Amino acid sequence: MKAIYNYIKEILQGIWTLLTGMRVTAKYFFTPWKHVTQQYPENRDTLKIADRFRGEVIMPHNENNEHKCTGCGICEINCPNGSIEIITKTLVNEEGKKKRAIDQHIYHLGMCTFCNLCIKACPTGAIVMGQRFEHAVWDRTLLTKVLNQPGSKIMEGVKE
Amino acid sequence: MDELKEVMITNDEIRTDEYLINMGPQHPSTHGVLRLLVQLEGEIVHNVQPHIGYIHSGIEKMAESLSYPQLGHLTDRMDYLSAIQNTEAVALCVENALQVEVPERVKYIRTIMAELSRLASHQLWWCVMGMDMGALTTFFYGLRDREDILDIFEETCGARLTLNYNIPGGVMFDIHPNFQRDVKAFIQKFKTKLPEYERLLSGNVIFTERTKGVAYLTKEDAIAWGVTGPTARASGFACDLRKHRPYSAYDKVQFKEILSDVGDTYTRYQVRMAEMWESISIIEQLIDNIPEGDHAVKMKGVVKLPEGEFYQRVETARGEFGVFIVSDGKKNPYRVKFRSPGFSNLFAINHIAKGWKIADLVAIMSTFDLVIPDIDR
Repeated sequence: MKAIYNYIKEILQGIWTLLTGMRVTAKYFFTPWKHVTQQYPENRDTLKIADRFRGEVIMPHNENNEHKCTGCGICEINCPNGSIEIITKTLVNEEGKKKRAIDQHIYHLGMCTFCNLCIKACPTGAIVMGQRFEHAVWDRTLLTKVLNQPGSKIMEGVKE
Repeated sequence: MDELKEVMITNDEIRTDEYLINMGPQHPSTHGVLRLLVQLEGEIVHNVQPHIGYIHSGIEKMAESLSYPQLGHLTDRMDYLSAIQNTEAVALCVENALQVEVPERVKYIRTIMAELSRLASHQLWWCVMGMDMGALTTFFYGLRDREDILDIFEETCGARLTLNYNIPGGVMFDIHPNFQRDVKAFIQKFKTKLPEYERLLSGNVIFTERTKGVAYLTKEDAIAWGVTGPTARASGFACDLRKHRPYSAYDKVQFKEILSDVGDTYTRYQVRMAEMWESISIIEQLIDNIPEGDHAVKMKGVVKLPEGEFYQRVETARGEFGVFIVSDGKKNPYRVKFRSPGFSNLFAINHIAKGWKIADLVAIMSTFDLVIPDIDR
């Protein structure tokens, strides 16, 4: 008799634990308007990305097509996986003085691990992290980018 | 009745041949590319042989060609759910070697971040544990709450998973102005969600039947196999480094080391659930008292460690993580060795799972909380 009593009790207790769990799911099932997920990609316009989010390395230019990069190559040394290549050129000014300047700041997005070490190391703040995160392309050669815009030059007053 | 008796007797005498099956490398419950060679007799596991190396990435070898600040971002990619603690171990090791004293603020931030990361890791473990045992609902509930922590990380650290936040000398960024507000809001919210976890899974009859009294690990065996973390604490092995070898700001907070001496699958589950409450309490104690100051000390452009051997261990969500650096005085380490908790924990699986059913093996693996890149590295 005792065995049967315990048997039935166990079954009822088991059903009760299942109902306890189902009460939680039912709460969410009947109040879906409180718990809506993000409607990505439809909400692209209203999407808020954190300011510090590390999406890609970019080089900001001002309205005169000027940047702050001196071509010192510190970012290239600090990059752990060789995503940055600096190609420099030598400029000669009116007085005949030679000066190193950036020719191409090549950035391999496909190799980048977004560790932020290049930005931290940059002495002039020429490169920053952009918030764009949709990097899918059809051809991987498109992932190799030149960060300084064509025809751009260094800002006045930026020194190494 | 007699007929039944006869069947039972013959059943006892029936012996099937042992056979080998591969569990993985592509199996949902192996949580990655782990291959278990399971020797079975019927449903009963006789031997489990883990085969690893499918995603071996050679991080220890790669580390020899990197400088010390660059080392951190690789350890992010080992145990990606404890990325904060892994980088903290590297940062602490380099700081100890150079005898750099970091500001109090850095210690507080590191501790809060590590506990948030532990919460996120345990949330993911909880939802995957439910999913492994067939309760898909838990997966969505766990990930929903983890999302709040990842948003906090995104705001302050700039990334969600591979954060590279702890660097030698401090942290990468100072905390975001909204950080304290967001963490407090999250704690408030999560305190109502954690009892929901308990209602959903902990008491569930199907779950308890499959976990209670299954797959014991004794304290002696836990020590002998080098098992650490919540897995070992469920067997009564007091191994919480936060308590016994405090680093960062753990000596300034009050918390319990969750211990149990049962050591079955259900206890390993319960220890982690209780640890979530402890993490919440640690964060609450620190969040209002973050001292003012710098978020990093100025380090030299090229960090060179003195000649010698340096070891630092921290408590990640899975157990004891150690960094061993041999330096010959150059800017690159001569040799780096990582002691990852998952590796040691995994190889106790044969000892535990022997004699239990193959369905229990899935539950055992879940309670070990395996992260495969941590094992293969």
